[in-house]
Amino acid sequence: MLQEESDLSLIIAQIVQKLKGSNLYSQLERQAWASLQRPEIKLESLKEDIKEFFKISGWEKKLQNAVYSELSVFPLPSHPAAPPEHLKEPLVYMRKAQGSWEKRILKSLNSMCTELSIPLARKRPAGEQKELLNKWNEMGTDEPDLSLFRPVYAPKDFLEVLINLRNPNYENGDSLSFRTHLGLIQVPLKVKDIPELKECFVELGLNIGQLGIDDSTQVPPELFENEHVRIGQKVLAEQDSAAAQQYIRQGSPTALRAELWALILNISSQPEDVLYYEQLKTNVIQHDLLVDSLIYKDVKLTASNDDYYFVFEDYLYQVLLCFSRDTSVLSHFAFNSASPPKSYIRGKLGLEEYAVFYPPNGVIPFHGFSMYVAPLCFLYHEPSKLYQIFREMYVRFFFRLHSISSHPSGIVSLCLLFETLLQTYLPQLFYHLREIGAQPLRISFKWMVRAFSGYLATDQLLLLWDRILGYNSLEILAVLAAAVFAFRAVNLMEVTSLAAAEAVLADLSTLKVMPLLQIFLFATVT
Amino acid sequence: MSRPKNQNYKGHGLSKGKERQQRASIRFKTTLMNTLMDVLRHRPGWVEVKDEGEWDFYWCDVSWLRENFDHTYMDEHVRISHFRNHYELTRKNYMVKNLKRFRKQLEREAGKLEAAKCDFFPKTFEMPCEYHLFVEEFRKNPGITWIMKPVARSQGKGIFLFRRLKDIMDWRKDTRSSDDQKDDIPVENYVAQRYIENPYLIGGRKFDLRVYVLVMSYIPLWAWLYRDGFARFSNTRFTLNSIDDQYIHLTNVAVQKTSPDYHPKKGCKWMLQRFRQYLASKHGPEAVETLFRDIDNIFVKSLQSVQKVIISDKHCFELYGYDILIDQDLKPWLLEVNASPSLTASSQEDYELKTCLLEDTLHVVDMEARLTGREKRVGGFDLMWNDGPVSREEGAPDLSGMGNFVTNTHLGCVNDRKKQLRQLFCSLQVQKKASS
Repeated sequence: MLQEESDLSLIIAQIVQKLKGSNLYSQLERQAWASLQRPEIKLESLKEDIKEFFKISGWEKKLQNAVYSELSVFPLPSHPAAPPEHLKEPLVYMRKAQGSWEKRILKSLNSMCTELSIPLARKRPAGEQKELLNKWNEMGTDEPDLSLFRPVYAPKDFLEVLINLRNPNYENGDSLSFRTHLGLIQVPLKVKDIPELKECFVELGLNIGQLGIDDSTQVPPELFENEHVRIGQKVLAEQDSAAAQQYIRQGSPTALRAELWALILNISSQPEDVLYYEQLKTNVIQHDLLVDSLIYKDVKLTASNDDYYFVFEDYLYQVLLCFSRDTSVLSHFAFNSASPPKSYIRGKLGLEEYAVFYPPNGVIPFHGFSMYVAPLCFLYHEPSKLYQIFREMYVRFFFRLHSISSHPSGIVSLCLLFETLLQTYLPQLFYHLREIGAQPLRISFKWMVRAFSGYLATDQLLLLWDRILGYNSLEILAVLAAAVFAFRAVNLMEVTSLAAAEAVLADLSTLKVMPLLQIFLFATVT
Repeated sequence: MSRPKNQNYKGHGLSKGKERQQRASIRFKTTLMNTLMDVLRHRPGWVEVKDEGEWDFYWCDVSWLRENFDHTYMDEHVRISHFRNHYELTRKNYMVKNLKRFRKQLEREAGKLEAAKCDFFPKTFEMPCEYHLFVEEFRKNPGITWIMKPVARSQGKGIFLFRRLKDIMDWRKDTRSSDDQKDDIPVENYVAQRYIENPYLIGGRKFDLRVYVLVMSYIPLWAWLYRDGFARFSNTRFTLNSIDDQYIHLTNVAVQKTSPDYHPKKGCKWMLQRFRQYLASKHGPEAVETLFRDIDNIFVKSLQSVQKVIISDKHCFELYGYDILIDQDLKPWLLEVNASPSLTASSQEDYELKTCLLEDTLHVVDMEARLTGREKRVGGFDLMWNDGPVSREEGAPDLSGMGNFVTNTHLGCVNDRKKQLRQLFCSLQVQKKASS
């Protein structure tokens, strides 16, 4: 009991510390001072009266939301004596693997830099600055020569690294047994099985209404949809983050989604936030980074060629270019196994005083990175709000999809979860695919790394991301990947090569996500 | 065979069944070599005739129609894909005239409010005959942008924007000088139209909607609306600064294809479902419902305005491509109506849309005499107007202008046409067996 109490007080202390530095704190302070003017605040019962005032005026709710947000993002402290690296990643071999992967990426970036003799960063001349400012809303019309640039890495390169991950303390033995894991990932992480997943995703059960299933044209809206929309409006009126997160597990109505996501991520567009975004924009105008060309190339290769996201090309530049310069993103590296790459001012290699993080936000984009932003353009049209939502989504979820860690929502765990589900519940299919040289993970990896963006139809993708927010976990991506394989199992059993298997699974745009998940989790005989 | 009495059913006197024989094979003819040819060739029981052979069905082009319709004899069952004087609707100057006349009539009969429903067409003046009226309007609204369009050309040819009278005076001089040369070049008719300066933008780009309406007859007015369609985006960002940049302002795919930015892989179209979802997530479902009701109104009023003028030959049907522009207040505007909407596919998705559209068109035309004539939905087509508004609910009385009346249109909605067609034809077969 004592341990729990001391844990709790530690957590409270940490959260208070975090919030004290935030905007909300100064706002609350100001409100408290202002409230002294009010007649109901009496000197004798100052504390209680102010508390009461906060409750009535909705400020307590805001504080609740902020605390809830911190709890969702920040991992619980394990042991007071644990060093900070443990917060990033407790397992040494994972840390080491991430470290060497980062070295490779940085080497690749530096060599591209030297090959093309382009500096990592340079200040733009005044004329160029003016031009860029004029073109800010239509950067997509620019056609710079990007032929010499290559993406720093693609998901399949990352997959190779994950395949070679080994725990040095774990001896598998050479002999194959029924315990042997037949997939590509060979590290012993704990993943959930279907009974545990059923418990975890209980709101997706067969007897509970879902958007994505129970709002289809054949179902009369009185049965579920109308009531669900009504509750959603109520949740928004109450401005309660925790309630919104619970509500969205059953899906979000289209009209309420933008606001619900903002509420769950605790984003409210304050003037300070808009100013911050404008500041980032100024940084983009003043300095040109090598990373910018990588972003341009990525957008042109992926989102611009997508039938549905090409329209939002300009927004993507406006978000991603600013994102690279946002140093507030650096704070998430406290719980990200990755570390921001360091670069040195020219001629001062190795001297710590001349080290800078490059890019300023510490995140090097890879091939397909812009697809994290593209679906959000469907919901948010004001650039600074779109930016905030993306940034929050990144530091809560997306970073886990391309860094090596043992976190249950990390990509390694997701891959292992996918393979285990397939091997346990579709053993014949798994074995067959393995025999023909088509390891399932080779096909599903790219889906999970991109959180299915660009593979599913937009409305289905948004329903999927609703559940990511609702359950604060990415495990659903692995479950969906397995469910897709289960759905197309009959065709897959007939293929005889990796290429043919890829062809069967090439087009996911007609899939309905929620029925697939529901059947896989709750209606398959295990 | 007596028709059962049905409140919903009025107007179109299709007494099929005994009178229309089922033909062994249907001979078709067409000069178009694109999606249409594929659809016609794949239709079971349809055979192509070439050159001078006799045909039962002809998807013709308008020039053939103009030259041959009047001296071609057609049997009762024969169908042809255009109305003789479709240009009353599709040529911009005639359409404006008809609409203006209809509006006046509505105002006389039903009052100003009803007439205001015809205000979906930006102020237009025929050139050169209405030049002086145009100048008056021009002077009343200094600084606004106008667009000059040739009445009969398509694909964006010959269109330009202007703001100063000087621009068109120069143009007038050019056209007049060619007159002086006494060539046989006819002076092309143009219309000057008020340019919609506040179009709704998505991703900073202007777009227009292409919607398909199938008219089976004008008297009585029998019209179907196809659920699918698309939004065509301009490749460049919208700004009023460069009115000379055709690529910004004209959204026709033909123009966009020549833009230096155009990448064919990009495709600059969104299916209507996508567009409808986007709007719903931004403005809420009620605003979207209102917008689509207003769009329905455009179809109905425009067809009604030419109802009395178009020669309603029972052999004719026509598939129109309506171009609609939405402005920032979510008001739809009619840009133009096309009698021969492009049937060439620009992408795989486009190919599928047009194939399904044409298949369903042929289902509604019903050369095989399978339908009863009382259907409210055939594949992706919903019956929009049957000598009166058609309501969505089965069996509900057709009330016009009443609060709980919902029209039977589903533009941009789910199109489960395969399933519907299967059910429809199955039940038709059952009915046939029962009655024989």
